[in-house]
Amino acid sequence: MDQPLLELRGITKRFPGVLANDHIDLVVGKGEIHALLGENGSGKTTLMNVLYGLQQADEGEIHFEGKPLKTNSPGQAIDAGIGMVHQHFMLVQAFTVTENVILGMRSKREPLLGLAQAEAEVKALSEKYGLKVDPRAKIWQLSVGEQQRVEILKALHRRARLLILDEPTAVLTPQETEELSAILRSLAAEGRSIIFITHKLNEVMGISNKVTVLRAGRVIDTVETASTNQAALARMMVGREVVFEIDKTPAAPKEVVLQVEGLKAANQKKLPALRGLSLSVRAGEILGVAGVDGNGQHELAECIIGVRKAEGGRVLVCGQDIVGLSSRQVAQRGVGVIPADRQHQGLVLGLQLAENIMFGNFYCEPYSRRGFLQLGKIEEIAGRLIQEYDIRTPSSAVEVKNLSGGNQQKVVLARELSRSPKVIVAMLPTRGLDVGATEFVHRRILDARDRGAAVLLISTELEEILSLSDRIAVMYEGEIMGVVSGDAADVNELGLMMAGAKRLPEAS
Amino acid sequence: MTSLLKVLLSVDFGYASIRMASPLILAALGGIFSERAGVLSLGLEGMMLSGALAGFLGSFYSGSPWVGVVYAGLAGGAVAVIYAAACITFKANQVVAAVGLNILAQGITGLVFRGAFGITQDLHQAPAFQPVAIPVLSKIPVLGPMLFNHELLVYAAFLLLPVVVFVLYRTTWGLKLRSVGENPLAADTVGVNVTRMRYTGVVISGILAGIAGSLLSIAFINTFIENITAGRGFVAFAAVIFGKWTPIGVFLSALLFGAADALQLRIQALGLPIPYQLMLLFPYLLALIALVFSGRSQSPASLGSPYDKSGRS
Ligand SMILES: Nc1ncnc2c1ncn2[C@@H]1O[C@H](COP(=O)(O)OP(=O)(O)OP(=O)(O)O)[C@@H](O)[C@H]1O
Ligand SMILES: [Mg+2]
Repeated sequence: MDQPLLELRGITKRFPGVLANDHIDLVVGKGEIHALLGENGSGKTTLMNVLYGLQQADEGEIHFEGKPLKTNSPGQAIDAGIGMVHQHFMLVQAFTVTENVILGMRSKREPLLGLAQAEAEVKALSEKYGLKVDPRAKIWQLSVGEQQRVEILKALHRRARLLILDEPTAVLTPQETEELSAILRSLAAEGRSIIFITHKLNEVMGISNKVTVLRAGRVIDTVETASTNQAALARMMVGREVVFEIDKTPAAPKEVVLQVEGLKAANQKKLPALRGLSLSVRAGEILGVAGVDGNGQHELAECIIGVRKAEGGRVLVCGQDIVGLSSRQVAQRGVGVIPADRQHQGLVLGLQLAENIMFGNFYCEPYSRRGFLQLGKIEEIAGRLIQEYDIRTPSSAVEVKNLSGGNQQKVVLARELSRSPKVIVAMLPTRGLDVGATEFVHRRILDARDRGAAVLLISTELEEILSLSDRIAVMYEGEIMGVVSGDAADVNELGLMMAGAKRLPEAS
Repeated sequence: MTSLLKVLLSVDFGYASIRMASPLILAALGGIFSERAGVLSLGLEGMMLSGALAGFLGSFYSGSPWVGVVYAGLAGGAVAVIYAAACITFKANQVVAAVGLNILAQGITGLVFRGAFGITQDLHQAPAFQPVAIPVLSKIPVLGPMLFNHELLVYAAFLLLPVVVFVLYRTTWGLKLRSVGENPLAADTVGVNVTRMRYTGVVISGILAGIAGSLLSIAFINTFIENITAGRGFVAFAAVIFGKWTPIGVFLSALLFGAADALQLRIQALGLPIPYQLMLLFPYLLALIALVFSGRSQSPASLGSPYDKSGRS
């Protein structure tokens, strides 16, 4: 093979109390799809931020196309031919697709914007690579999958020869993931190189040519994908055997704790999202809600936890209607929530870990007494939860925004599950978590069930639904298409219901 | 009632509205550059006041109002650099910085003026701009005297509107400016220099506010009096918000507030049994009411918050 496209030598990056990257070497060849794998907080995002110029390495050097490259700002990385799709998208919501794509670039008619011409170019580019998106749409009107396509278009329009994708599939539906893999393969076939971060081992096996595994900021190994398998990768990552199939005892469901009857609600765009939806969850069981993203799952969760107004119907917790109650009142009735969008709903990023832990409960014992926060107590509880939930952080005083994506998620989980809620509404609870952490969270959710909690698990990942649920409800366009028993579930049948092509007769 | 109607329909009222509105238009259109870049334009008052004094001094000592305008722009720009440094480089709270700046400008302009001319009752007049009637157009009945018999700076204020629209929406620079007010991190990741764009936006607003201030001192009344702006910078700030941050909206809001000012003067002249203090309040009251009803929904998403590069969002 000729000269590699990218060579990182001894990249080291320290944060206060954390060695995020410890002398990392990484070589990426031309036309190669290189997967980067590692536990939450192992330093993947940091390494890519260094490469892209968002952060500066303390030591080490970068060679790109045979020449040493200094990236002190993203501008330099872009000029060199590096594009990055961030774990959290970097789009201007109020701008159109085209405006986002051309932002920061010189136009052909400088200093004029040349919007019409740019629009045509974006359209051509999106057709060429099958990145379907309307160049004139505003970003806030787009689904997450479409927004990601805009990010890829941004990089392609800048003629990126190396494309970095940080957990691109965490936010995609299975179909979108398929489309993305096809796009990535065609880009690689053109001779572009791709660095691809993911926690899903099947994607690593399916898409990549090579895999580099990081653990605690160090490279464990780089291997050819063809010569490895999922179990071996998981072992490299976590440093121990990982159980993929969790053994689950049969549920012992008791009385109905959460009952939703004929719930109606509108979405952000004021269109009907829930059309008279009904379901019920008993104490000690997990009801999985499967469905393609955007079929009302978010609205369902939000109505239950009291942050969206229901336009009709009832939500009963232990027999009491909670529609119209504030989110605090709902929480006081024993409803815990793991929101899908942890950055906006589950956490206050600028506050410390310990402060986030006491959220929603700060006004009661043991967190405060007679209106005063009990700082010592709070720290003690935070410390315990950090231990118990294996949150990788130098201390409980770290601002949550400085935690890695997966560890942010663990903070939410620790807070909600440690309150022993009667009802748990969990949306995509393992999005962005590594295999070890996923296993752990699944365990925790099962423990909560066995303790007698009613769990409503909303996920777009069928695998997760299948491995945890005692019963599975399929949601389509704001309605339940049918409920099947967890162990009798047939994937094809679920797929048909998810697509709205099949509806089971009403039975309960 | 009929007398009020007569006022509203008079050529004189139209003429005065345009005249009163022009400093507001200049300052408010400038304010858009600052706000769209993500920095509150609450400091317009101080920038205008500094411009008013510098314009007067420049014209007084050089004998040319054009020199005065240049001085006014420079003074407004210089004050804006200080404000920008506080807000952008030192990440100060923008409201606090702006209020401080305004108080400081009021103190310093008063001090400098008294230092130069002493405390006297004499009126010191500087060479000022004279109305320039536009050939042919100024001869049109009604519209002619209303629109085409103003000082050059007044025409400039009106011609600024299409320029701002063009710069903001038709140039790559305008796109970059708007992006740093919406999502600075996203702008940074595509190589836009957030700090430089924000500084530029604030300084442009300062230059235009300075010139707006000189309009008062060397076009309309030909002298400087302490606190000559009398809150017009705040009214311009209100116009930016009421106009929903779009050039046309802001332009129309400024025109409305200017007309309110003109109306207030004429109603006083009618001698209605309303205390004149109340009438003086009218434009500000209108601005206040407009603010209450405009909300912040369409404001640039990052308006008022400093950009912290190290923080991940
Ligand atoms: N700006 C920062 N300040 C302080 N610590 C940081 C900062 N950025 C990252 N870290 C720390 O560096 C370590 C590596 O974080 P990084 O985000 O690179 O992990 P990751 O491998 O991307 O994890 P995940 O899979 O959860 O996204 C973590 O311990 C994190 O807390
Ligand atoms: Mg990461």
